[in-house]
Amino acid sequence: MNHTVLQVLLLAVVVLPLLGALGALLPAPPGLKGRDPEQAVLRHGVLVTGAVLALSIALAVGFDRAQPSRMQGTTDVSWIPALHIRLHLGVDGVSLPLIVLTALLTFLCALHAYYKMPEGPTAKAFVALILLLEGGTLASFAVLDLILFFLAFEMVLIPMYFLIGRWGGDGRERAAFRFILYTLLGSVVMLLGLLLVGFKAGTFDMVTLATDKGSGLSHSTQIIAALAIGLGLAVKAPMWPLHSWLPDAHTAAPTTGSVLLAGVLLKMGTYGFVRIVLPITPYGAHTFAPYLAAFAVVGILYGSLACLALARQGAEGDLKRLIAYSSVGHMGFVLLGIATLTPTGVNGALFANVAHGLITGLLFFLVGAVKERYGTTDLDRLSGATGAALYGAAPRLGGLLAFGAVASLGLPGLAGFWGEMLSMFGAFRPAAGLDRGAYLTYMTLAAFGTLLTAGYLLVVVRRVCMGERDAEARVLTDVHGYEFAAWTPLVALTVLAGLWPAALLGLTNPAVRTLLGGS
Amino acid sequence: MDPLIGALVGAPLLGAGILLVGGRRLDRTGHWIGCLWAAVSFVIGVVLFADLLSRSPAQRTLTSHLFTWVPVAGFQADVGFQLDQLSMTFVLLITGVGTLIHIYSVGYMEHDENRRKFFGYLNLFLAAMLLLVLADNYLLLYVGWEGVGLASYLLIGFWQHKPSAATAAKKAFLVNRVGDMGLSIAIMVMFTTFGSFAFRPVFAHVGDVSQGRLTTIGLLLLLAACGKSAQVPLQSWLGDAMEGPTPVSALIHAATMVTAGVYLVVRSGAIFNAAPTAQLAVCVVGAVTLVFGAIVGCAKDDIKKALAGSTMSQIGYMMLAAGLGPIGYVFAIMHLVTHGFFKAGLFLGAGSVMHGMNDEVDMRRFGALRTYMPVTFVTFGLGYLAIIGFPGLSGYWSKDKIIEAAFAKGGTEGWTLGAVALVGAGITAFYMTRVMLMTFFGDKRWQPDAEGHEPHPHESPKIMTIPMSILAFGSVFAGGLFSINSAFLKWLQPVTGHSDGHSPVATWEITVATLVVLILGVGLAWQSYGRQAVPAVAPRGSLLTRAARRDLLQDDFNHVVLVRGGEHLTRSLVYLDHTVVDGAVNGTAAGVGGLSGRLRRLQNGFVRSYAVSMLGGTAVLVAATLLMRGV
Repeated sequence: MNHTVLQVLLLAVVVLPLLGALGALLPAPPGLKGRDPEQAVLRHGVLVTGAVLALSIALAVGFDRAQPSRMQGTTDVSWIPALHIRLHLGVDGVSLPLIVLTALLTFLCALHAYYKMPEGPTAKAFVALILLLEGGTLASFAVLDLILFFLAFEMVLIPMYFLIGRWGGDGRERAAFRFILYTLLGSVVMLLGLLLVGFKAGTFDMVTLATDKGSGLSHSTQIIAALAIGLGLAVKAPMWPLHSWLPDAHTAAPTTGSVLLAGVLLKMGTYGFVRIVLPITPYGAHTFAPYLAAFAVVGILYGSLACLALARQGAEGDLKRLIAYSSVGHMGFVLLGIATLTPTGVNGALFANVAHGLITGLLFFLVGAVKERYGTTDLDRLSGATGAALYGAAPRLGGLLAFGAVASLGLPGLAGFWGEMLSMFGAFRPAAGLDRGAYLTYMTLAAFGTLLTAGYLLVVVRRVCMGERDAEARVLTDVHGYEFAAWTPLVALTVLAGLWPAALLGLTNPAVRTLLGGS
Repeated sequence: MDPLIGALVGAPLLGAGILLVGGRRLDRTGHWIGCLWAAVSFVIGVVLFADLLSRSPAQRTLTSHLFTWVPVAGFQADVGFQLDQLSMTFVLLITGVGTLIHIYSVGYMEHDENRRKFFGYLNLFLAAMLLLVLADNYLLLYVGWEGVGLASYLLIGFWQHKPSAATAAKKAFLVNRVGDMGLSIAIMVMFTTFGSFAFRPVFAHVGDVSQGRLTTIGLLLLLAACGKSAQVPLQSWLGDAMEGPTPVSALIHAATMVTAGVYLVVRSGAIFNAAPTAQLAVCVVGAVTLVFGAIVGCAKDDIKKALAGSTMSQIGYMMLAAGLGPIGYVFAIMHLVTHGFFKAGLFLGAGSVMHGMNDEVDMRRFGALRTYMPVTFVTFGLGYLAIIGFPGLSGYWSKDKIIEAAFAKGGTEGWTLGAVALVGAGITAFYMTRVMLMTFFGDKRWQPDAEGHEPHPHESPKIMTIPMSILAFGSVFAGGLFSINSAFLKWLQPVTGHSDGHSPVATWEITVATLVVLILGVGLAWQSYGRQAVPAVAPRGSLLTRAARRDLLQDDFNHVVLVRGGEHLTRSLVYLDHTVVDGAVNGTAAGVGGLSGRLRRLQNGFVRSYAVSMLGGTAVLVAATLLMRGV
């Protein structure tokens, strides 16, 4: 496919959700009218996100897989000439999978919301916010200008804040506030770092900066910039000990909010590391890599241990909170992979990123379904002393939950395995100049983390899926048709990515090598 | 021929897919679909076997490269299969015994409403196990390795409504996971050392690598083998795994999956041969486990748990042999195959007994069953004679060879290992005779169960007894057939290598010694359980007996050391989270309380005000950049 078509596709992918968000606020056109205005606007959401998904798939099809390290479909026009800020968009092997993942998850969320609108204010605002969120996320993966990246990054916060604060469950106000507080503070620091890079190097263009590999920046500039930008991204990732907003946000958020938060928003943080910190401030990245790795490993263990504590009987653990903590652990693997500064580790990180989006997205959908049926996600109330017996009460839902758990614990043959394996392998042989001994320790601890991960997930399966079914227990509806429609793509992709990781790694590997300077 | 290798794995995988996705509409035919796919892969196995036999011994290795798996710089992996004499042996064992057990399960699981799912899982197990033995590289082997672990988890917990089964499944997976960690790290060390995971390049370059590195790899592989094969110190899951349906115990926890550790060690022979320390560790693990399992087997009253102890012990024999290097590899595999026959047969026999006795497993409530279940009695009896090493039967040929090989290692090590193996043979005779006597001889001791149902022992249907008879046939003749003209040795030698070693003891002396301990063991058991009536309630027993009933305190050890320690750790972490981390966050939140008040005023819920605030934010941003530029 030629350049112009790709260019138009990419632009459309970024702009369409934003136009759709505006459109959601207008009266519905005659063709879309459903039973009532609510349904019309929800239908509008499905339509727009579906179109964006179709466009992003077209983009993936048209993408030249022979040259994934080259920016494709680029648009580059001057925006604020005085500051050298440009409207620069493009897609390469690193961003393409994330764009498709975002489009897919948002579409599935819109579809889910069409049938099961979360309780809260108007559907109109809900759809507009989801579309705004999608637009911002897609933009942050597509833009190649530091300032634009920052704008896109920030744009996502506001819709998420309202999704949690208005459509969430218990404690939503506090959770939403904490979310915005943490991420805004992180962003301020990140902005300073970005500005520092831009002014010292004389350009905000990410491609130019990445090609320079930090040659235009002094070592001290790189260190300060890497620290500032890294902190902002680390809040979002989230890195231990900056994670504590995440469990609250997830616990309070509606199902769709949780799915998007885990599946899409967290990815922006780790994407930023790979796209900005590693190539633009390589010296800074090298300086902080061992610390990042250490925090990542602590995150892995901390997340898993917190999950184990929540999963225990009598701990009154909340299932959503547990999966949120498990995200801290999984994102720890992503950060560890990045901190190895090797192609293996960074590829693993990008793979784990996508895998986590698929699997944790699925898990949040499933837990949402459990909540709808039982009215609670409290493990103790759910399972009592013997177990909730989901296998018996709703065998398909139980089977899917077990599938999600098994995928999440990193069974080879499913998506969760490769990212963690490659990250650990990267840590086993980190980039030159990094302390091998320290990284070996990190790797061993991370391997121990996989053991703990298996532990708590199996406890969850034991307590939720298994158990003796009461004769008087009310009959639960098994998986609805629309739920199947929303979940099947995630299950299928989890299996596909597990069996054929080359499909994804073939895209990321050349791009990662270019970003790391062909090492 | 090469594409057939893939079909070998593909057939049961397809079956699993059909059964698990097909849903309730397959409930009435599902079990036959499962049997069909197992049989298809057995037929393919036989075709491939005939093909291998038609080639000269040097050309009996077929490879089949499927696709590139991971194309990352610094981590290349392919999906490829390798079929040689070693994997062929396993393929025939897995698909042959597997198919028989599928057929048996049709009868055994007849009244289970989830029978279709059961067969789906069994097919999944076959596919994963075949993948494990056919992989041409360690990474693919690892996928099969975890796949059988998953299948085992699903099948142990098949009756998940029983809390004991659910817990046992979890335990099996977790203990195995410890071993898997060893395997995954071994794979990493291997790749950094050799630049590849594939068997061929790795084994070709063993000579270029320091011994320390090889010892590391060997010990990590041993850790993996300990997990999967239930060897000390990772043995604790196997006894609990008996919570699964009996055909599962027969196929997975006796005949095939638990022997994967032995396969791993024998397959990595080139590495172990160059790492004597690791080899010795394998021998020690095997020797310790063979005694450990045997002692546990002596004390258990649950027929399946007694057999599980026996399985551990017999795999201990195989491990011991595998650790001996080229002296023992062939015999480890030969014992593995004969054990596959007789132990699967014994478990199916136990299942048949349970089937006739309202699922009773306590041997103290059996007795005199030989008249009620003649076929089961005869097939179980033949399996019994085979496992204790009755002259001429399968176990005699393979176990004697291992004892002989242990002595042939030479030196103090050889004497010690040989003596342990010899004593183990005596204990084996004791506990197996005990099982036999308590189950089939003496007076009948069964009683009505809690609901007042009197058991009516009866023979099982043909669909169960025919597989039992075929396995009994194998238990009797396999060992002898393998030993005619050293056929098995000649078949495996090109892959594993072989040397005779220098035994300080003559072969006939070992045979006599084995017979003596055999008679001693049987006699002792007869003394305690044949001549005297078996009490229906277990006597208190000696300290050792009581410890052995509790699996020699393995769970108590794990509980005190691992579980308690872990609980304290997590509790202190939770405390930390509530006080320190949250405290810090709340402090921050309070600090910006003033800001929050102002922020709240902006949250009025109208979309246009969000738009305004975004616009405002952008304005601030641009202003900031202008300001910075001015500076």
